[in-house]
Amino acid sequence: MALKEKYDVVVIGSGPGGLAAAIAAKQNGAEDVLIIERDVELGGILLQCIHNGFGVEILKQDLPGPSYAQRFINDALALGVNVLLDTMVIDITPGRRIFATSRGAFYDIQSRAIVLAMGCRERTRAQVRLPGTRPAGVYTAGTAQRWVNVEGMMPGKRFVILGSGDIGMIMARRLTLEGAKVERVLEVMPFLTGLTRNYVQCLLDYNIPLQLRHTVKSIIGNNRVEAIESIQVDEKWNPIPGTSEIIPCDTLLLSVGLIPENELSRQAGVQLDPNIGGPYVDDNFETSVRGIFAAGNVVHVYDLVDWVSEAGFHAGRSAARFALSERRREVRHVKMIPGENIRYIIPQEIDKQNLEGDDIRLQLRVRTPVESPVYVEVRSQDHLIARKAEPYVRPGEMVTLTLNPKNYDDVNQASELTVAIVKR
Amino acid sequence: MEETTKIICITCPRGCTVDVTHDGSTVIKTNATCKRGREYVQRELTDPRRMVATSVRVKGGLHPLLPVYTAAPFPKPRLMELMQVLRTIEVTAPVKMGDVILTNALDTGIDIIASRDILPISP
Amino acid sequence: MPEHYDVIIIGGGVIGSMVARFLSRYHLEILLIEKEADIGMGASSANSAIVHAGYDPAPFTLKAKMNVAAQPMWDALAGELNFPFERRGDYVVAIGNEELSSLDKLIEQGKQNGVPGMHLVSGDEMRRREPNINPKVSGAVWAPTGGICDPFAVTVAAAENAVQNGVKVMLETAFEGFLMEGKRIVGIRTNRGLFGCRWVVNAAGLHSDWVMHQAGVRPEFQITPRRGEYFVLDRAEITINNVLFPVPSAAGKGILVTTTVHGNTIIGPNAQIIHDREDRSVTTAGLDEVLKGAQKLVPSMGVRHVIALFAGNRAMGNAPCETSGVNYTGDFIIEIPQEVQGLVNLGGIESPGLTSAPAIAQRVVDLLRDSGEILKEKRRWNPIRPPRPRFRNLTHAEQARVVSEDPAFGRVICRCEMVTEGEILAEIRAPIPARTYDAIKRRTWLGTGRCLGGFDLPRVVDLLSRELGVSPFEITKRGKGSEYLLRETKTVEE
Repeated sequence: MALKEKYDVVVIGSGPGGLAAAIAAKQNGAEDVLIIERDVELGGILLQCIHNGFGVEILKQDLPGPSYAQRFINDALALGVNVLLDTMVIDITPGRRIFATSRGAFYDIQSRAIVLAMGCRERTRAQVRLPGTRPAGVYTAGTAQRWVNVEGMMPGKRFVILGSGDIGMIMARRLTLEGAKVERVLEVMPFLTGLTRNYVQCLLDYNIPLQLRHTVKSIIGNNRVEAIESIQVDEKWNPIPGTSEIIPCDTLLLSVGLIPENELSRQAGVQLDPNIGGPYVDDNFETSVRGIFAAGNVVHVYDLVDWVSEAGFHAGRSAARFALSERRREVRHVKMIPGENIRYIIPQEIDKQNLEGDDIRLQLRVRTPVESPVYVEVRSQDHLIARKAEPYVRPGEMVTLTLNPKNYDDVNQASELTVAIVKR
Repeated sequence: MEETTKIICITCPRGCTVDVTHDGSTVIKTNATCKRGREYVQRELTDPRRMVATSVRVKGGLHPLLPVYTAAPFPKPRLMELMQVLRTIEVTAPVKMGDVILTNALDTGIDIIASRDILPISP
Repeated sequence: MPEHYDVIIIGGGVIGSMVARFLSRYHLEILLIEKEADIGMGASSANSAIVHAGYDPAPFTLKAKMNVAAQPMWDALAGELNFPFERRGDYVVAIGNEELSSLDKLIEQGKQNGVPGMHLVSGDEMRRREPNINPKVSGAVWAPTGGICDPFAVTVAAAENAVQNGVKVMLETAFEGFLMEGKRIVGIRTNRGLFGCRWVVNAAGLHSDWVMHQAGVRPEFQITPRRGEYFVLDRAEITINNVLFPVPSAAGKGILVTTTVHGNTIIGPNAQIIHDREDRSVTTAGLDEVLKGAQKLVPSMGVRHVIALFAGNRAMGNAPCETSGVNYTGDFIIEIPQEVQGLVNLGGIESPGLTSAPAIAQRVVDLLRDSGEILKEKRRWNPIRPPRPRFRNLTHAEQARVVSEDPAFGRVICRCEMVTEGEILAEIRAPIPARTYDAIKRRTWLGTGRCLGGFDLPRVVDLLSRELGVSPFEITKRGKGSEYLLRETKTVEE
C-alpha cells in the first residue's frame, strides 16, 4: 500500500476501540484515516472471543465476538479506512510521528492526530508471584484462548484455572465443550470476580467446582505441569495451614486480571495514571500530549465491549476534529523548512493573515561555517522568492533575512518555504 | 408436589438469584422483579436453553477453525450431542458471516451460523 | 569402534563452553556433551550476572586466584566473542555506622587479592551517585573493575566460537560412566552410546561430584546445592543504575540489587540448601527474603515492581583450600588427579565461577600442557564470534536498513523486548541451533518483558514448528517432556 505523506488520523490497534475510532474519524470529516494492526487481520482479541454476549447494549443483539468485530470491520472498510496489517508500531513521538515495521517494510508515518487503542494485556504468573517450578503448561487464559479457538490446538487435557474473571470462566466452558476436563476454578477473593451469568452458564452448567478464598500454593512438575497444590486463605490472604490439596492436572490457566497496555504511550510522552496504568484523558479522550487520543482498554479495563466501542467513537470524533483544525492551521500557515546548512529558522511558521504591511524578519543560524561569499535563499519548492548575499556565515553569528510585501503573493501561494545557504 | 428452589437469572448482567415455587413444570410463585426474569425462570424449569458458540473445521482459510453459533438458544441437555456433531463438520473457505453451516441441528429447528467471514488463503 | 576424540568435555555450562573455546585453538578433536536440550541451562543462565572485582574470596584460595586472574581477560573476551559486558564497577554498601568497619576489612582483603583501584566512598557521595539508595547509607567501597554481563550470552558465544573452530557439541547427551583400561580413561558411556577419548574434562557443575566419583577420584568430595532465587523488576517502574552489594556476612555476599545489561534491575539471591539438584522452584518465603534484603539497600523497592521470577542452583563444594595455612573449605577444584589417567577435574565451581571461567579455561590448557600433552596451535583458529544484530538496539535508520536487507527483521514477534522474526530465525540457524522456546528466550531475551511471553509464545511455537519442519505438538519449552500443546481442538480421544 502506498502511504500518504500525512494522515489525518492514525489509529493504533483494530480491536473494538480502534475500529470504532477509525469509523467515527471518517464519519466526522477526517479524510485520510489509517489503522495499524499487529495481527494479520482486523478485529483484535474479539476474534478469539468466540462466545456470545457482545453487542447487547449498543447493537441490541447478543452476538459472538467475531460477529461483533465483523460488523465494525465491514463498516470501516466501506468508509474507506486504510489498513496496515501484520505491522507493529515500535515508536511514537510527541510530534505524532509513528515508526512501524512489518515483514520487509519499515514505516515512518506523520499524522495530524493519533488514537491509541492498544487494548490491554493479561497479568502474568510473576505479577501474582506464583511460587513453584517453571514448567510448560502454565498459560494466561488469553494465550490458551488463542490456541484453542483460532489456531485449533489444545494446550492441555486436565486444567486448573486460577481466577474467576470472565475469561477464566468462559475458558472453563470452552475447554469442557472441546473434551477437556476442568478440575477446579480457584479464586483468592471471597467473591466471584466475573459476571454472575458466566458463573451459571460456564461453571454451574458443567459442574465445574469453584473454590473461593483459594489460591495456588505451588506449581509442581519440572518439564510439564504435573499438579497444582492449592490452599485456602483467610481474610488477610494468608494461607491457612492444613488446607492444602494436591490437584493433579497438566495445565494451569491464569485469569488474574488485565492491565492497560501502554508501552507506546510512554514512548510518546503520554502521562499515565499510576492507579490505573492508563493515560490521563480529558472529556475528549485526549491525553496529556496534544493531538494524541486514547480509547478503550488502553485507558482502563472495561467489562462490556459495547462501552469500549462507545469510547472509540468518542475518541475518533475528537481526533477528527483535531485533525481538521490542524489542516486549517496548515492552510493558514506557511512552514519554514531548514534546508542546506541551516540549523533552525525563527519563526518556524508564518501566519498568512499577517501578510499585510509590515516586513517579516527571519532569524536563523547555520550548521557549519562557510568562509566565502554565499547567498541565503528562500524558495517555495524550486521557485526563488528572496535572496540575500553574505560575505561569510558562521554558526556563532545569527543571520537575518527580511521578507517584504513584494514577496507576499509568493508566500501566500506556498505551504512551506525552504531556506538554504548557497555558495556564490 | 410443590417445591421451592433458587434459580440464578442470566438474562442480564445483574444476575439475580430468584426464589421459585413450582410443581415441577409450572411456576406457582416467584420473586423475580422483571418480565424477562419471570419468563426465564419458567423456561429454565421446563426447557432450559443456552446460546452455544463454538467452532468447526474450515479448509483453505486463513485459520483452521471457523467460529459458529446457534441461531437461537439450544436445549441444554443436548449440548454435548451438538458438540459431537459439529466436530465432524468441515467447511471450505470462503465463508461469509451469517452463512448457515448446519440447518436444523439435531432436529431442533435451530440453525448453526458462521460468526465471521473467512477469506480463502491464496495458495 | 566408537567415535574417538582427543578430549571430551562433560557439561555445556559456562565452564565447559569456555574450556571448549580455549582448547579449540589447538589441534585436538573435541566433543562437548550436554544432557539438556540446550547449553547453559543450569547455573550459567540463572545467576547474578556479575563479573566480580575479586575482593570477596578468601585470600590465597583458588577462588581468589582465578577471580583476579580472569578479571583483566574479560574486555578482550567480550570484544572477540561479542557478548554484552559493561565494566561499570560495583559498590559494597554500608547501612548505619555499625557496618562501616566491614568496609575497611574488604579493602584490605581486596589489596591482598590484588584487586586494583578500590577505595571508600562517603555516604553523601553514595546518595548522590544512586538517588534510590537507603538514606541511612554510611559509606561504600567502590571497586571500579567490577562488571556486568549476560552470562548466558557468554556461554553461548564461547560454545559457538568453539564450534566455529571445529568442536562438536552434542545436546541431550548424558554421561553415564567412564570406559577404563586399568587406571586409564579411554572413553565414556552415554545415553547415545560410547565415545572413545584420551582426556575427559569434568565440567558437570552440580553433578561434578558424581562424575569424579565414577572415576574413583575424591570420594569425600560432595556438592551441596544452594538455591538462589531472583526477581526481575520492571524497568519502566524502577531503575537502579549501579551494582550494589550489602556488606558480606558469614552466609556469603548477600542479597544484591543490580542493573543488568538489558536495562532491568534484578534482586537476589538468597541461599537455600536443597536436596534435589534440579529443583529450581521459587517460593513465597524466598520472595519475602529477597525483597527484604533488597529493601535494605533500596527501601522504595516493592513487590509490585516484579515482572519475572527465576532460581539457580549453586554447586557449593567441600574441597579444602590447597594453600597451606589457609583454613577454607569450599574452594574450586582445578586439577589433573593422580589416581587416574586422562581426567581434567573441575569441581565446586560456584561463584565466582562465571567471572573465573576464562582463567579456569586457561588453567585447563596449562594443566594439559604440563602433563605432557603437545598442544599445537591451529593456523586458522578464529577467535572472533561475529555479532548478530539486535533490532531493539538499533536506531530507526538502522532498523529501516536491516528490514530492507532481510524482510524477516520487520516482523516483531515479542513486543515488550522488541525481538523480530529475523533474530529468531538467526538463532534457530546458528552454529548451536536454538530448538526450544527457552533456547530462543535466553538468546534473544524474548518473552522476558512484562507480558512474560503471553503474546509471543504462540507465534514462536509456530515459527519453530515451521523452521524445524516438525508438528507444533513437538515444540517444547526446554526439551522432551515439556511440550506446550497436546492435541488438535477438534480431535477428542474419549
